[in-house]
Amino acid sequence: MTTQADIDREIQAGLDSSREHQPRLDYPAYRSSILRHPTKALQPVDPEGVELWAPCFGHSDVGEAEADLTIQHSGEPQGSRITVSGRVLDGDGRAVPHQLVEIWQANAAGRYAHLRDQHPAPLDPNFSGQGRCLTDADGWYKFTTIQPGPYPWRNHLNAWRPAHIHFSLFGTDFTQRLVTQMYFPGDPLFPLDPIFQSVTDPKAREALIATYEHDLTSPEFSLGYRWDIVLTGSHRTPLDTDEELA
Amino acid sequence: MSAAPGQTVGPFFHLGLPYEGGNDLVPPGRAGAIRLHGRVLDGDGVAVPDAMIEIWQADPDGKVCRVPGSLRRDGWTFTGFGRAATDADGHYWFSTVEPGETQPGRPPFFAVTVFARGLLDRLFTRAYLPDPDVYGADPLLGAVAPARRHTLVATRDEQGLVFDIHLQGPRETVFLSFPKHRGVWA
Ligand SMILES: [Fe+3]
Repeated sequence: MTTQADIDREIQAGLDSSREHQPRLDYPAYRSSILRHPTKALQPVDPEGVELWAPCFGHSDVGEAEADLTIQHSGEPQGSRITVSGRVLDGDGRAVPHQLVEIWQANAAGRYAHLRDQHPAPLDPNFSGQGRCLTDADGWYKFTTIQPGPYPWRNHLNAWRPAHIHFSLFGTDFTQRLVTQMYFPGDPLFPLDPIFQSVTDPKAREALIATYEHDLTSPEFSLGYRWDIVLTGSHRTPLDTDEELA
Repeated sequence: MSAAPGQTVGPFFHLGLPYEGGNDLVPPGRAGAIRLHGRVLDGDGVAVPDAMIEIWQADPDGKVCRVPGSLRRDGWTFTGFGRAATDADGHYWFSTVEPGETQPGRPPFFAVTVFARGLLDRLFTRAYLPDPDVYGADPLLGAVAPARRHTLVATRDEQGLVFDIHLQGPRETVFLSFPKHRGVWA
């Protein structure tokens, strides 16, 4: 059985040999990646047609209440209530307005409300763990949820994921599509986690960690975390308009 | 600005991403509807039962849709976006229509993104319609080694189109990188 010490050595070898800003797809310390990463170089191509645009989502798609994961059932969920908020920006620092943000996460005990999660921690009948919202005109999103717990997984013996919230994002063109995970500051599991460490550049890893922000904390209600998300650059210029397409 | 790194969708994405009607860009069985389907396979040719495919496409006239309504479909509005999780056999399917040319002379395609447990970042590819006459004119199909070109082209079956995705191996799908994906860290 692979131990944490074995994985630590593999993680260290990755850190010693590269500094990459995106996760390495070929990263055997994350065992499930071994047969699931492409072995050939990505083919460079200029985007065209639909790739220069992103799908549109609107208030008909997403209700206001979907941004609050604590009100989806009749009772209050267990755990610490948190507010997670930030801005979605493109690679040139422009806000991504009116665009879809989706999240999913474990409950306070580190258990997902998912059939495949059989970790013997309690399910919470008042917490499903999924939410959606649209960014506002300045690219801001905001969720009310519960601090998720860390959880065990079977990558190796005694493997634990640092607490995280899964995020799914769209930009203004389809090439900016991003699915990632937000982590919490100071987690002692960071150095041990092959998914987090698959990003071998330390500064790039920091971009996945929210900051505690007291101004986002609501008195007698919730603790506040700020997490801004920068997507890759848009391939359209800001002067492009919908009319040009017609 | 420095782009945030991607991370795997993990094993529990069903909780947050797939949704009712996500794979029905048009109601199945409607006149003109086709099925676009295929399997996601790993380097051993084994089905990937925890993958998710998104498609984003023009309408049959080649128009890029700029309308909401992909998450709560009204059955009438074509939005061009769909999302489907694979089943236990690695199979995904969409009910949709064939995209038209967005630029004259360029072969139409579905833009495709692939997510899976075990895949640390999303992958982009294209599923071209089977129409070999115009391939030579296409910058991507022209640039790809002829032996791998077929991985980007759907084939026809009775209900529509088949597009298998091989994450790895001798039939590995050609995956794409776009200019702004490179040098993303300031
Ligand atoms: Fe997770």
